[in-house]
Amino acid sequence: MAGAAGPGTGPGAARGDGDDSLYPIAVLIDELRNEDVQLRLNSIKKLSTIALALGVERTRTELLPFLTDTIYDEDEVLLALAEQLGNFTGLVGGPDFAHCLLPPLESLATVEETVVRDKAVESLRQISQEHTPVALEAHFVPLVKRLASGDWFTSRTSACGLFSVCYPRASNAVKAEIRQHFRSLCSDDTPMVRRAAASKLGEFAKVLELDSVKSEIVPLFTNLASDEQDSVRLLAVEACVSIAQLLSQDDLEALVMPTLRQAAEDKSWRVRYMVADKFSELQKAVGPKITLNDLIPAFQNLLKDCEAEVRAAAAHKVKELCENLPTEGRETIIMNQILPFIKELVSDTNQHVKSALASVIMGLSTILGKENTIEHLLPLFLAQLKDECPEVRLNIISNLDCVNEVIGIRQLSQSLLPAIVELAEDAKWRVRLAIIEYMPLLAGQLGVEFFDEKLNSLCMAWLVDHVYAIREAATSNLMKLVQKFGTEWAQNTIVPKVLVMANDPNYLHRMTTLFCINALSEACGQEITTKQMLPIVLKMAGDQVANVRFNVAKSLQKIGPILDTDALQEEVKPVLQKLGQDEDMDVKYFAQEAISAVAQRLTKLDFPVKDNEEPSAPGADKNHFLRPRGPGEDTGKFVPLMSRHTESERLGWFPRRQ
Amino acid sequence: MPYKLKKEKEPPKLAKGTAKPSSSSKDGGGESTDEAQSQPQPQPQPQPQPQPPSSNKRPSNSTPPPTQLSKIKYSGGPQIVKKERRQSSSRFNLSKNRELQKLPALKDSPTQEREELFIQKLRQCCVLFDFVSDPLSDLKFKEVKRAGLNEMVEYITHSRDVVTEAIYPEAVTMFSVNLFRTLPPSSNPTGAEFDPEEDEPTLEAAWPHLQLVYEFFLRFLESPDFQPNIAKKYIDQKFVLALLDLFDSEDPRERDFLKTILHRIYGKFLGLRAYIRRQINHIFYRFIYETEHHNGIAELLEILGSIINGFALPLKEEHKMFLIRVLLPLHKVKSLSVYHPQLAYCVVQFLEKESSLTEPVIVGLLKFWPKTHSPKEVMFLNELEEILDVIEPSEFSKVMEPLFRQLAKCVSSPHFQVAERALYYWNNEYIMSLISDNAARVLPIMFPALYRNSKSHWNKTIHGLIYNALKLFMEMNQKLFDDCTQQYKAEKQKGRFRMKEREEMWQKIEELARLNPQYPMFRAPPPLPPVYSMETETPTAEDIQLLKRTVETEAVQMLKDIKKEKVLLRRKSELPQDVYTIKALEAHKRAEEFLTASQEAL
Repeated sequence: MAGAAGPGTGPGAARGDGDDSLYPIAVLIDELRNEDVQLRLNSIKKLSTIALALGVERTRTELLPFLTDTIYDEDEVLLALAEQLGNFTGLVGGPDFAHCLLPPLESLATVEETVVRDKAVESLRQISQEHTPVALEAHFVPLVKRLASGDWFTSRTSACGLFSVCYPRASNAVKAEIRQHFRSLCSDDTPMVRRAAASKLGEFAKVLELDSVKSEIVPLFTNLASDEQDSVRLLAVEACVSIAQLLSQDDLEALVMPTLRQAAEDKSWRVRYMVADKFSELQKAVGPKITLNDLIPAFQNLLKDCEAEVRAAAAHKVKELCENLPTEGRETIIMNQILPFIKELVSDTNQHVKSALASVIMGLSTILGKENTIEHLLPLFLAQLKDECPEVRLNIISNLDCVNEVIGIRQLSQSLLPAIVELAEDAKWRVRLAIIEYMPLLAGQLGVEFFDEKLNSLCMAWLVDHVYAIREAATSNLMKLVQKFGTEWAQNTIVPKVLVMANDPNYLHRMTTLFCINALSEACGQEITTKQMLPIVLKMAGDQVANVRFNVAKSLQKIGPILDTDALQEEVKPVLQKLGQDEDMDVKYFAQEAISAVAQRLTKLDFPVKDNEEPSAPGADKNHFLRPRGPGEDTGKFVPLMSRHTESERLGWFPRRQ
Repeated sequence: MPYKLKKEKEPPKLAKGTAKPSSSSKDGGGESTDEAQSQPQPQPQPQPQPQPPSSNKRPSNSTPPPTQLSKIKYSGGPQIVKKERRQSSSRFNLSKNRELQKLPALKDSPTQEREELFIQKLRQCCVLFDFVSDPLSDLKFKEVKRAGLNEMVEYITHSRDVVTEAIYPEAVTMFSVNLFRTLPPSSNPTGAEFDPEEDEPTLEAAWPHLQLVYEFFLRFLESPDFQPNIAKKYIDQKFVLALLDLFDSEDPRERDFLKTILHRIYGKFLGLRAYIRRQINHIFYRFIYETEHHNGIAELLEILGSIINGFALPLKEEHKMFLIRVLLPLHKVKSLSVYHPQLAYCVVQFLEKESSLTEPVIVGLLKFWPKTHSPKEVMFLNELEEILDVIEPSEFSKVMEPLFRQLAKCVSSPHFQVAERALYYWNNEYIMSLISDNAARVLPIMFPALYRNSKSHWNKTIHGLIYNALKLFMEMNQKLFDDCTQQYKAEKQKGRFRMKEREEMWQKIEELARLNPQYPMFRAPPPLPPVYSMETETPTAEDIQLLKRTVETEAVQMLKDIKKEKVLLRRKSELPQDVYTIKALEAHKRAEEFLTASQEAL
């Protein structure tokens, strides 16, 4: 190891630890002066190496002061530094010296950029645990106090995150001071600081003595919950969950509930949204009695809130709310107090509300049992299956398994089929994609007969969809179906249809055949692969389109492990060799790849050939004579179903030639 | 030496000198004693200063650039479709009794009853109607309110002595009841997903009434009878805070009114000024560090532009902090394009007032310089040029090294618009004169980038521009140019050597580290791949003569007038646009095209 004889000329070994003592820091200083950010970043990431080279003492006396004094760099570099320092305790000599790390982190905790500050706080929290109680009071607590009384809001914001880590281990006198500082941050003039304090209020409450919670935290909570800024008020709702867990029922009723009731009716929808969003946590925290008296009426209001955002958030919580009700009397409560509101939501004007409801409503059937489900819920399911918004229908279909357990899917199948067919033919490819993904699930629950009769043709139609993502999903869908229904079913229903496409005039469809074979061969086993699929693949090696030919090579590589050696030797190898002489560069390349994979297998090394790299490779843009597959019909945004973010991911497979 | 511009340095300074007092300002002295320093000034001189012909340093405009009403450029034609109306409103607190009686007209009533009738009408207008869930409800009463508002707008504009003391609380209440509301959730994606260039605004459904309420309030504030001393009982901090909350409205028409109203309030209520500035700062902090989403940043900056314009000299520390801690970090935000013209205006205003701020500003810009977002980089280059237009030569020499290192990177940008924008600097005579004065330090920084890209840049236009730049350098100082060429080659060799040296040094440190018993616990991260420069071509042994000849022939004269203003906002996709929104925005009339700084004091 030590003989890393790389720079053989190395004078380093001789002078290594002797004379030129400032050496590692000098290098760092020099590197940090470089223009290139990437270089500076790399140097900072190697900070631990430098510290190791210096040893603990010189790290403390030389490196850390340097870092504290001279670092002014881009946020990216500072972020890396803040992160590194969190793990530095060992490098400065262990817990006894952990406080040496505080000065650089303190200044990082005051910078403007939030990510740097947050990282510095995270590191400080980590290091605080390594302090001895004495060092904590001598070094860490003063740091927190300095930050808490800093001029600039950034340092006060950072301070908020540090109270809860030092409080439990401080002495009583110091504890009082810490509480005092926290109190003043809660009424800071800057909303940013109040928000930071509000967001840490719950965490801080948890480490306080119960008396202090009642006498100090509750008033702070009440104040923050009635702040002039709704962004502060909504954070108080979060704190409410933690505070409620700490108090007895009576205290809760007297100290917290008035504020919570008020929050549920706040004039800002953001606050009401937060209440709806945290509803399950609140419910657990306040216990069954208050839930029945207070939360259920509040929930009813949220379900009919004037803002769709709030209704949607509440609708999401319907199932959890019902589940968490005490079993005794649960059914009555749901039937009388919740269900009427749900019925309204099914015909809400906003599709997000409806689809939020659709994503959980099926879960109620297990809670309510068979009879209630059939009588009360089923009409709602059916209505949602006919909803104009595809997302609502999809959400119902994707949760069919819940109903299946209770009443069996047959009750629904009559309505299900039109809904599925409509989604399968939706003009938006993402809707089609979503329904394909549920096909295996549906197939399993509806049974093979129903499937063959009604859905099989849909699955085959997707194979020739004009959007690649759909064709791709359709092939993997076939594979899952074969896994479900078995090889015999595959041989009779799917394979022939797939193989017919090998003669399609459209090269994209011919390639789909190859992709299907890639996906199906393993599930179908050696016999079908050799007898039915292989001949077709081999025949396609003479295709006039280069994309098809190089995909033949890839397919042969893929199915190679399933074939027996005779077939490989006599049928596959000659074809690959011919492709290896192809005029097209890519065909040659993939043929060579396949040849070496096959050869490996033939020499009985018998590793399964590795080819995880995307069977989905579109490779469909041999631009020299084929039109690249354009974005087609469905560019632009389709907000309802997925975020734009997902869209860009989705489009990741776009023309990239292998 | 073609660069004689140095001699012409005096006139611009003078021009600047005259430009300043005009926009400068008096301090109202309302809020604190130290603001009382400046004396009232009669009338601002006519705003547009004739620019002395010889001036190279261009004084900036005297008014902030107005925010565009419609950010999206409508491309017309078939994609415009009528979508479901993009309107919303958070008006759930509908009044219970919405039956309004039509009152007699003010002008027909006896003078002594007018005040009472006016108040009655104002109270009537506190009734709120539903425009969203049932737009056709209460049509008759909506019309009563509309007509009433209209009449009052006329009345307050054209009659004298109608703003009596009793009117103030009523007018402010009417305004508050109608406008102060929690804004509805946006129909557009929030947070990082929001795309100001793509997403259409949601319009306020109750606009037919709100517009008149705004209109009335504005006329009320502007009425010659209006007395801030009486009004300040009602227009207080709470009022201003609620007003500022509305700036996040998605409706550009609403923000436009808010802007003018806040500008007036700032002008008239000296006691609120510090508070307003502080609250605006809080909005900015939240926008920069927490949400990155706020609809009214451009409007707020526009107001600030006019405020800064009126700052008294010397600038107070608080204002300088504002520049460094708020305005500069605003450059960081993703949606910079939405408010960049206003932001750049504010920055330049500061620098015109106090040139010693130039260094921190440029250092700040360089710190926030975009790494991957090319359109944003172009905006930075625009702003930097505006700054350089007003820079003092002494300030220039303080920042030029880091500055030109960045410009060298921009010139080498593979995005040709960035490279092109940077190279346009060579058309700016003032900048060229600054470079010429400091050639010995600037040239060695710029030369390698220019030389390298004169061959390797993929875009032909860039080649022409680069040769042009090289030619200018050559004419500037022949000798220096030759030296740079030589040095470039030498550096090239040394660069390799240095890279190797660095690797070796790290190797040694690594060895030292290994001696430490703790080494196994702190496995250093796997060695990062060395950073290679992107260059593909090795330096050819081309001699200077050849370069010079090429420069002569290739430095195309195409350049002089290419500096066209590019529209920075562009639509990325051809989404259908809502015809209703377009029409509504086109129909909106601004209360005032420009916010003047004339009345602004500190």
